Amino acid sequence: MSISKGHVIIRASECKGCQLCIEACPDHVLKLAEKLNHMGYKPATYTGEGCTGCGICYYTCPEPGAITVFKGWNTWPENAMCPVCKKETKVYHGKNGKDVVLCTECLNPIS
Amino acid sequence: MTIQHNKVLQKPETFYDTFVRKGDSELKATHYCPGCGHGILHKLIAEAISDFGIQDKTVLVSPVGCSVFAYYYFDTGNIQSAHGRAPAVGTGYKRANPDSILISYQGDGDLAAIGANEIIQAANRGEAMTVFFINNAIYGMTGGQMAPTTLVGQKTTTTPYGRNSHNEGFPIRMSEIIATLEAPVYVERCMLTDAKNIAKTRKAVRKALKAQIDHKGFSFVEVLSGCPTGWKMTPQEAKNWIDSVLSKYFLPGVFKDVIEERESIVIKQEIPSPEDYHKLMDISHLSEKEDIVPTPEKGNFYEELKIAGFGGQGLLSLGYVIANVAMGHQYEVSWLPSYGPEMRGGTANCSVKISNKRIGAPLVANPTTLIVMNKPSLEKFENDVVSGGTIIYDSGLIDTPPSRDDVRVIGLPATEMADKLGSTKAANMIIMGIFAYLKKQIFSDRYIRWVLPRILKNKAFHEINQKAFQTGFDYADKHV
Repeated sequence: MSISKGHVIIRASECKGCQLCIEACPDHVLKLAEKLNHMGYKPATYTGEGCTGCGICYYTCPEPGAITVFKGWNTWPENAMCPVCKKETKVYHGKNGKDVVLCTECLNPIS
Repeated sequence: MTIQHNKVLQKPETFYDTFVRKGDSELKATHYCPGCGHGILHKLIAEAISDFGIQDKTVLVSPVGCSVFAYYYFDTGNIQSAHGRAPAVGTGYKRANPDSILISYQGDGDLAAIGANEIIQAANRGEAMTVFFINNAIYGMTGGQMAPTTLVGQKTTTTPYGRNSHNEGFPIRMSEIIATLEAPVYVERCMLTDAKNIAKTRKAVRKALKAQIDHKGFSFVEVLSGCPTGWKMTPQEAKNWIDSVLSKYFLPGVFKDVIEERESIVIKQEIPSPEDYHKLMDISHLSEKEDIVPTPEKGNFYEELKIAGFGGQGLLSLGYVIANVAMGHQYEVSWLPSYGPEMRGGTANCSVKISNKRIGAPLVANPTTLIVMNKPSLEKFENDVVSGGTIIYDSGLIDTPPSRDDVRVIGLPATEMADKLGSTKAANMIIMGIFAYLKKQIFSDRYIRWVLPRILKNKAFHEINQKAFQTGFDYADKHV
């Protein structure tokens, strides 16, 4: 496991699954999601660890707001706002027993 | 716990928060296909605009092609121009607003085919604009037809056996052509493939915009971009094709960079002062200047005139005189003639707008005053007059008077009256006398008498014009 020096959020609802970011990511920490989004594409998603915050995926992505990259980030502060939606985040208990922090608006995993 | 990130890469503020183009289904996504290069270049441009802090003075001219809808994305000033005309439209905008930042965003069908002349002329004049030329070697939006930049052998819907140079010629290298011109300060070709080349493109975009911000002149960035749909490839294949095929013919690189050597050029806008106008009108050295030149009127005044008839009746001149008189009274005016190719005969009309506020469009659709000197014009424009407006017509030439009962109708045999004065050509000045009488609260008739020979300068008509004006004024005094 590599140390996360950055963090990436991909809004599934804006992603068209072109996979340019997945191919461009030098650390191979992006993958296609299993679930289709509302446009019928399998969106790219962050595997959850290893992001260095280099921003290559951000510049490779053709959608203006689909990818947000946090440089120099490693842990998510408690009760922080979603950086994309500026809405509150909430802790959800995942099926696998792990807790995930999701944005109440876009339901993107924050950590 | 404090937030530890020190930099966030996110949607630049130059983009709108939501894109109405897509309707309610998805307000955040663009209309571009998956893997399209437009989105990447949009992002690089938007980021640069935000970083340079020029969003409020930037105007983006969107072309015809997929990126025609750029105005749904960029929260800047936007103009949508006709196919290929972006540099011409941009020239007009930039010349009128030298402090603005003008971006022309064009595809290869737009720039290298129908707009090839516009771009070369604009570049040759060194217009202070930045052109982003997105080259995908195909007409993407219309379904993948051959473009001027299509490679020899490349299959498109209109070259199903591949482009044949004997039949369709060779692909045009626009950057090389532009770079041969003297005026452009910066010409580079880059490509949207891997991270390294996107970074190069980002640098070029910023450099080109910076050159414009520094008033250096014309900058041109060609960007090789993928059209996965038009090329019938996956986004990855498209990326590789640019790398291995397209960029071998369209070689990336800097073709011209004289930004450092060139001096900043700021064109000073010359705005004529009222004094200049008076000088032009030969008013300055008149002893009775104070008395004759009207002082600006306060309060609202709005008048829209349509003046129509046969060519040769002096109706365009009449409109011109009215506009000049109003201008002399410090009003905003516009005068828009419309006539056929023949100087006399045929029908002609002009639109005149007079207002105490700035005038947006010079065309008059619903006149407050209609002046007509022939039957076809009366039939054509009668119903356009606003209710409560005025129709002035030549009753000697038009046998059926206007049928409207909600407008003021003034009929007089102006041409016959002018004939008696010595020339039928003075009929327009008789009408001028009527109009001046109707608006005597607004326009000083003394000023009109004085300014007439200064507007209609032909000395042979000075005397009869004055007589005709007086005749019209007196007629109105008696009959209206």
